[in-house]
Amino acid sequence: MIRNDYIPFPSKVLEVIRHTQIEYTFRMSFDGEVRPGQFFEVSIPKYGEAPISVSGIGPGFVDLTIRRVGKVTNEVFERYVGDSLLLRGPYGNGFDLNEYRGRELVVVAGGTGVSPVRGVIDHFGAHPEERKGMTIITGFKSVNDVLFKDDFKRWRQQMNVVLTLDAGEETPEHRIGLVTKFIPELELEDAASAVAIVVGPPAMMRFSVAALLERGFREENIWVSQERKMCCGLGKCGHCKIGDTYVCLDGPVFNYVKGKTLLD
Amino acid sequence: MGYRVSRETLDLWLATHAADYEIWAPHRFVGEGCFSDTDSVRYARVTKLEEIELKERSHYSFKEALTPASQTLFYFTQEACTEPEPPVKGAILLLRSCDLHALRRLDDMYLHNGPADYYYARLRERVKVVLLGCAASCESGFCVSMGTNVSENYDMSLDPVAGDFLVDCKDADWAAFFAARGCGEEPVTPAHVEENAVKVTVPEKLSPAVAKASLWNQYDKRCINCGRCNFVCPTCTCFTMQDLYYDENARLGERRRVWASCMVDGFTDVAGGGSYRKKNGERMRFKVLHKMLDYKQRKGYQMCVGCGRCDDVCPEYISFSGCVNHLDEAMKEVQGK
Repeated sequence: MIRNDYIPFPSKVLEVIRHTQIEYTFRMSFDGEVRPGQFFEVSIPKYGEAPISVSGIGPGFVDLTIRRVGKVTNEVFERYVGDSLLLRGPYGNGFDLNEYRGRELVVVAGGTGVSPVRGVIDHFGAHPEERKGMTIITGFKSVNDVLFKDDFKRWRQQMNVVLTLDAGEETPEHRIGLVTKFIPELELEDAASAVAIVVGPPAMMRFSVAALLERGFREENIWVSQERKMCCGLGKCGHCKIGDTYVCLDGPVFNYVKGKTLLD
Repeated sequence: MGYRVSRETLDLWLATHAADYEIWAPHRFVGEGCFSDTDSVRYARVTKLEEIELKERSHYSFKEALTPASQTLFYFTQEACTEPEPPVKGAILLLRSCDLHALRRLDDMYLHNGPADYYYARLRERVKVVLLGCAASCESGFCVSMGTNVSENYDMSLDPVAGDFLVDCKDADWAAFFAARGCGEEPVTPAHVEENAVKVTVPEKLSPAVAKASLWNQYDKRCINCGRCNFVCPTCTCFTMQDLYYDENARLGERRRVWASCMVDGFTDVAGGGSYRKKNGERMRFKVLHKMLDYKQRKGYQMCVGCGRCDDVCPEYISFSGCVNHLDEAMKEVQGK
């Protein structure tokens, strides 16, 4: 008998971490295989489903960092207290940590784009022996939009951190400017063998990849994660198709050699 | 095994099998066409021969039999999600050769693109196919160009011949049914088309680079993104989830999937306002290249079956086959030749 993949399962809200007015991390009960960069379809009956990236993985739970921007996510924010949410998944390929082991790693992430790579950052932060140098360049609109503030304290001990804001005053913790501004300044042992992960809004990814290539990175050493409308996560609904590629099945994480061919 | 079957016997066959199967066939809905005094030919459940349109190719495809335009996936009750009862009957589909080829595409999307689809699979395993022979080509079809004019993977074929019907029965039980009723055996080859008025040529070296050609710009204004081409297409499978509630106060409702169109606004909208392919020309390019290029890159054979329905239904008289025949020129343009 074929499994009915459309029926969601209830998952208990274990904890809620409030980052900003409109961005919370929901720690959801979940036992099962999952990798950073994969996603779940989060469901609220009557309002629908939304694909949400896994922003953290631990024993018996997954973190889902949700931004309140649409019909479903609005409702999640209204309804979560002491409650459970309906989930399906995980879906997608996620990041393969083996691609980055033993290498110099740069992560460039913008806004909620930090969520899908948070697991990767955490892993290589905790296991410096598994990689060479590591730098993260993360951008947010303003100081009020910064996510994962507690994580940044830890990350600063573990790796080079550039935390930049689009606008505002420079502080010891915050630089000012778009993430692309800090890519030429990257201090690297060898750009040609370093690996990079880029996640964020489409324009940010486009310009960041261009800056990394300019800095000497090779196309095959860059990975991007794409976001598209997805109604099923199962390669059926067609909304996330780009050319011969289904973002839900073949992605959302793509090596840039493939990623650069994706034309919506 | 081939048989010559009388109308009466075929009617008896229909009535007998209607007990265990929904029999889906082209049906003429008189006066329901787009224009005054025109009919609409669509698939419907039939039990009698007189209900079947045997001449004209249907304006809409058979796909609603397997993937309804709106399909309940499950019901929400207080805390549980409950599946609807599985279909009681199997299905017998009366298909022309183009549509039988389209069935392979639906199977590949629903059964082999990612995990198998529960709802599709549970009906599909109970589907039988009757091939309707095509004694002559329809006006807009280009099945010969697409290699879909001949089909052999049917359970039975059906060709009207001089008041009777010729059937080629591969299903042993059905053959026994006709033999037991004294139908004469004779060799039967289902009628098929060998030439269409419309021909298309897909350039051998068609590549995604063609997306940059100026060909697509004309559709920005000509196309009104109504999506009819998608809805009549036997190979379009996209859907959108829709939640429905019976009563604002009760926590009772259902989740459905409904047909979606890559030509219609909203198809790519993500929360927060992002969307892709805003221009109609970009949507036309996305659709045409899916049917004629990227499905093949993924599955190894063309998606379009050349039924020609999209050309017939377009209110702006945009011709899909005409567009395909411009791809060669468009490739030359982007290659700078």
